[in-house]
Amino acid sequence: MSNGVEPMPNRLPAGAQNPVSAAVTASLKRRYAAERRFRLYGLLAVVFAALSLAALVFTIVQTGLPAFSTTMVRLPVTISSEAIDPAGTRDPQTLSGADYQKVVRDALAELFPDVTGRSQRRDLFSMLSPGGAYELRNRVMADPAVIGSRIEMLIPVADDIDQYAKGHIEASSKGIETRITDDQAQWFARLKDRGMIESVFNTRLFTAADSRSPELAGIWGALVGSFWTMAVTLVLSFPLAVGAAIYLEEFAPKNRWTQLIEVNINNLAAVPSIVFGLLGLAVFLNFFGLPRSAPLVGGMVLALITLPTIIIASRAALKAVPPSIREAALGVGASPIQTVFHHVVPLALPGMLTGTIIGMAQALGETAPLLMIGMVAFIVDIPSGPLDPATVMPVQIYLWSDSPERAFVERASAAIIVLLGFLIVMNVLAVVLRKRFERKW
Amino acid sequence: MSVTILIATLLVLTAIGFWLGRARAVATASGGAGRLNSLPGYYGYYVAIWCGLPALLLVLLWLAIEPQVIRALVVHSLPASARDLDPARLGLLLNDVRNLATGGFVAGSVDAGVQAAAERYALLKAIGLAAMTVAALALAIAGLTYARRRIRPDFRARARVEATVRIALIACSAVAIITTVGIVLSLIFEAGRFFARISPIEFLLGLEWSPQIALRADQVGAAGLFGAVPLFVGTLLISVIAMCVAMPVGLLAAIYTAEYAHPRARAIIKPILEILAGVPTVVYGFFAALTVAPFFRNLGEGVGLQISSESALAAGIVMGVMIIPFVSSLSDDIITAVPQSMREGSYGLGGTQSETIRKVILPAALPGIVGGFLLAISRAIGETMIVVMAAGLAANLTANPLDAVTTVTVQVVTLLVGDQEFDSPKTLAAFALGLVLFCVTLVLNVIALHVVNRYREQYE
Repeated sequence: MSNGVEPMPNRLPAGAQNPVSAAVTASLKRRYAAERRFRLYGLLAVVFAALSLAALVFTIVQTGLPAFSTTMVRLPVTISSEAIDPAGTRDPQTLSGADYQKVVRDALAELFPDVTGRSQRRDLFSMLSPGGAYELRNRVMADPAVIGSRIEMLIPVADDIDQYAKGHIEASSKGIETRITDDQAQWFARLKDRGMIESVFNTRLFTAADSRSPELAGIWGALVGSFWTMAVTLVLSFPLAVGAAIYLEEFAPKNRWTQLIEVNINNLAAVPSIVFGLLGLAVFLNFFGLPRSAPLVGGMVLALITLPTIIIASRAALKAVPPSIREAALGVGASPIQTVFHHVVPLALPGMLTGTIIGMAQALGETAPLLMIGMVAFIVDIPSGPLDPATVMPVQIYLWSDSPERAFVERASAAIIVLLGFLIVMNVLAVVLRKRFERKW
Repeated sequence: MSVTILIATLLVLTAIGFWLGRARAVATASGGAGRLNSLPGYYGYYVAIWCGLPALLLVLLWLAIEPQVIRALVVHSLPASARDLDPARLGLLLNDVRNLATGGFVAGSVDAGVQAAAERYALLKAIGLAAMTVAALALAIAGLTYARRRIRPDFRARARVEATVRIALIACSAVAIITTVGIVLSLIFEAGRFFARISPIEFLLGLEWSPQIALRADQVGAAGLFGAVPLFVGTLLISVIAMCVAMPVGLLAAIYTAEYAHPRARAIIKPILEILAGVPTVVYGFFAALTVAPFFRNLGEGVGLQISSESALAAGIVMGVMIIPFVSSLSDDIITAVPQSMREGSYGLGGTQSETIRKVILPAALPGIVGGFLLAISRAIGETMIVVMAAGLAANLTANPLDAVTTVTVQVVTLLVGDQEFDSPKTLAAFALGLVLFCVTLVLNVIALHVVNRYREQYE
């Protein structure tokens, strides 16, 4: 009543207030406090979600980053021809069967002449990864001329030593046993003093498949397996989903059959993915006799899982195309099929592709159904097609994070970083596609 | 000729068919394409469909049926002693036969019967491939010539092609139904074989779960115990914990973004929730097993509580975080669907914003929100990787969130992962659990979708 309006004639005596407005005024403080509290709860919920995400990302980056570097020892190795090829024939069979392990070990023993006891020598040799011998063999096989010379090689150390070098485990001291003995710690320090220890980028992580030795294990095998699986998924789910969406949105009469299909699609979108894995096991593997662990079967199961996602997105995209487009096409004499395929689908395609990318991202992270169809095996070879036994990225993460070695857990984190990288790229692609081609009619 | 080359050949033939059909249509019209009933391309498509479709369908059908036929024939040729083996051991024997035939490694010595069966298997495989190749190519060429001869200027090619496309579209949309039927049939069939050995009452009401079957028949506990109640309780416990986190946080976050947040703040909050939704469950499992569970155990040690390192609490909370974006995006949709006029009515009567939300918007949106919650619960029950990685394996019948419990999904995974014969009650039990899981989530989903749809219609 301040902006120049005449005050209402007050029936109450001056000074006294309307009891209702008094009650309201008195309660205002409490109500505003409730308002602020409620708002704070909302903010807290958002902050909780954000903190959870931050904690998740922080843990994974913190555990995973060390896996991108690895500890190597630069070792001068004498490749004597007596040890490799005593007859001097340079026959590839002899060369590949030679005892390179011993050559590498001799090179290490040479540096530590004071280590003589049996168990001590065993401890010393266990500091090196078996990968050194393979590498030496490849080098000799590629160029037999190095036999008889002395070369310098970068040999990976065993995973425990690598973890020790990164400061993640302590050496055993009195009473407390760890995976590193006192002697090994001392030898490592001596190697370090001589400048023979190097920390280099872990290229093996991106070129190798799984291995029993963490320092030799990589994600390339799983990435290739994921690639084949996704290829099968895309080839199956995109045409099927787009076809189904076109039928339901453009042609289907409104009857019970259509309704049944719609109810089914909505339900399938909410069925737990592990049930699809059971379907794959019972139908694709046991009934049709398709191979276990193959990306083909994995791709088929994942295609069924992503189908509802892509159908729903594609239908939304088709619905967004204005009816005037259809009417114009029909008006100049196009058949219904021509109208849809020549005019409506091209306009809805960006939306359909966005939905497909999101569906693919979902399939790329899916793990449980693939465990059912045997994609959880230990596979050392890199798959060369959709019928080879393979594993995929999320399953590799599961396998590694389950193992007792810390070095494997570290690699699981690194694999998660790579996987999340892929997912972020796919989602950004979807957003860009949507922004770039979004049309307002 | 391998299957890949055969399919490639068929595709090339199809392309040739298109070209031939088109050329023929143009040639028959001779006076120009104007006299044709349809555009020349449609005649090409017509021939291509006749050429490629039946042959490719034949190849698919053949590939699906061949293993069964060959298996039956090989079993028939095995010595009588082998034919009488129980299904599981027969399966192993056939595996050996297959490995031997493909030059793979077979453990142990190989007797003459198996060797002969392997040769027969390889022969049958070769015959099958040759027959399929001949049949498919013959069908393709026959289709091509038939369709090509039918081409005349007045032939209604477009109508035929469009009818085929329409049928193909219907077939695509039927895949959803086929999938559901496949799930239901495979679960019921395998679970039926399980219930033929273990009574459903024992399964649904039994209090002891130890599916380990002894290797020898005379060992203690040889039969295995299949009382699934501890699994149901464990699943329920973890789901309840998850919902205790996800429901309030998700709903409040949705209210905040929909009603309070400045558009610029919303532009930050929405992507955060979307990223949380996009993180694969295996990553959540990793986080739960390696960070959250040890954190709670240490916290418990600090205050003198015994918290298991596989506690239901850790798995449940992480699962709750996973479901937050699900709840919040569903609730957000539903809250924004409440008509603006209802808000304005409340403000006009002097309600504060929070009073409007609590007393007007939430009651109006309640059915939709409840539907969203039901979907979230079904999601929590079916979630697998988090519990596989962070919850226990031992079936404890307890309601204590600090203990380790196991869930239905964990048991399905542990029963089926690894090599084991397919006919033991142990593996079949996984399908019985899968059936229960499917039924429970189906009921929740149907109710939830019904409620949400009803709600949507109300304000449209």
